[in-house]
Amino acid sequence: MGTVFHLDIVSAEESIYSGPVEFLVAPAQMGEVGVYPRHTPMLTRIKSGMVRIKAQLKEEELVYVSGGMLEVQPDVVTILADTAIRSHDLDEAKAIEAKKVAEEAMKNRASELDYAKAQAELMEAVSQLAAIEKLRKRRH
Amino acid sequence: MSGSREIRNKIRSVKNTQKITRAMEMVAASKMRKAQDRMKKARPYGEKIRNVAAHMSRANTEYRHPFLIERDTVQRTAIIVVTSDKGLCGGLNTNVLRRALSEMKAWQSEGEELEVCCVGNKGLGFMSRMKANVISQVVGLGDTPDMEKLIGAVKVVLDGYTEDRFDRVYIFYNRFINTMKQEPVMEQLLPLSDDKMKADQDADEKASRTGWDYIYEPEAKPVIDDIMIRYVEALVYQAITENMASEQSARMVAMKAASDNAGNVIDELTLVYNKSRQAAITKELSEIVGGAAAV
Repeated sequence: MGTVFHLDIVSAEESIYSGPVEFLVAPAQMGEVGVYPRHTPMLTRIKSGMVRIKAQLKEEELVYVSGGMLEVQPDVVTILADTAIRSHDLDEAKAIEAKKVAEEAMKNRASELDYAKAQAELMEAVSQLAAIEKLRKRRH
Repeated sequence: MSGSREIRNKIRSVKNTQKITRAMEMVAASKMRKAQDRMKKARPYGEKIRNVAAHMSRANTEYRHPFLIERDTVQRTAIIVVTSDKGLCGGLNTNVLRRALSEMKAWQSEGEELEVCCVGNKGLGFMSRMKANVISQVVGLGDTPDMEKLIGAVKVVLDGYTEDRFDRVYIFYNRFINTMKQEPVMEQLLPLSDDKMKADQDADEKASRTGWDYIYEPEAKPVIDDIMIRYVEALVYQAITENMASEQSARMVAMKAASDNAGNVIDELTLVYNKSRQAAITKELSEIVGGAAAV
């Protein structure tokens, strides 16, 4: 160690990058930050943009992240990339929306009746088969 | 011959059912592989954010997030119930809902108030039939769980917690063990239990030295808030991906059993049908022979 640190870039849906790195530049909220090994612990939000990564004996690499969090430890750096576009207001709007949907659904639940009915019929057929099978086993 | 026609109709209808169940089995098998992949891919994020949260809980922060603080009295509880959107997956949803219901009854008998957040159609239907207090819901997630859809519903719960409307949050879902086995589990989501984060404490001793703190940009509070919200969301997301993998494998197994059962029933009905046909032929023959002998 000393000349490299370990970098992980992960999003909830997949792991984007993982490996030893000499140097990296990330688009932090207050401006770009460059990180070399043995950096002071730091925690910050990052904006959407390119993360520049320089790995040993390799060309510089560019990885796009759509915002998220950056954690720096002396020899481990983690970027938690968001998969959704987020802001405080947007989250708020989604929460209100979710609440409204829940309330409406409590009031009327007729719309999905057709699908539910068809499924119930199939379910019945399947459970009939299971029952017949069970009866048959008992007989033998 | 009327009896044998009825049998023939029955055979046809069972065959049709078998076609459906067999198709569903194959669809579930291919979806299962994808769902398992997705579950595995979601794990690194969960691990990393847990590391960060664990580092943070050990750092010397001037601000302690409410999610980390254990409360003395517990009067109101919120639960998140993860179920599938569609049925026909064996006892998967029933198991997790039964588990949730028994816990809910226990809490209610202690005089606690309950609020429910439903993920998945089946749980929502069940909870509204039980007249539970549903505060938010996510339905129609499809095959790929989308973080976007979760944020709102989870935020309702998290806000409720920070605003003291409830004192703890649990999540119910099916843990995927293997294709044949899924297990309904209950986990405490909030307050974040320490042992969950301590799991990897020994792994990195360097971070556990005391008396240090992060540099926060722009400020400690909003950054820590963001991390904590994402941490809880990641936990919920992971529960959902596990539940989806469980759903597909449970459906595959259930549909395979249904197809096999249908095959057995068809075999048996065919036997009965042939017997009755043979009996009819024999009867006719003996009538003809009997008639010829009489002449």
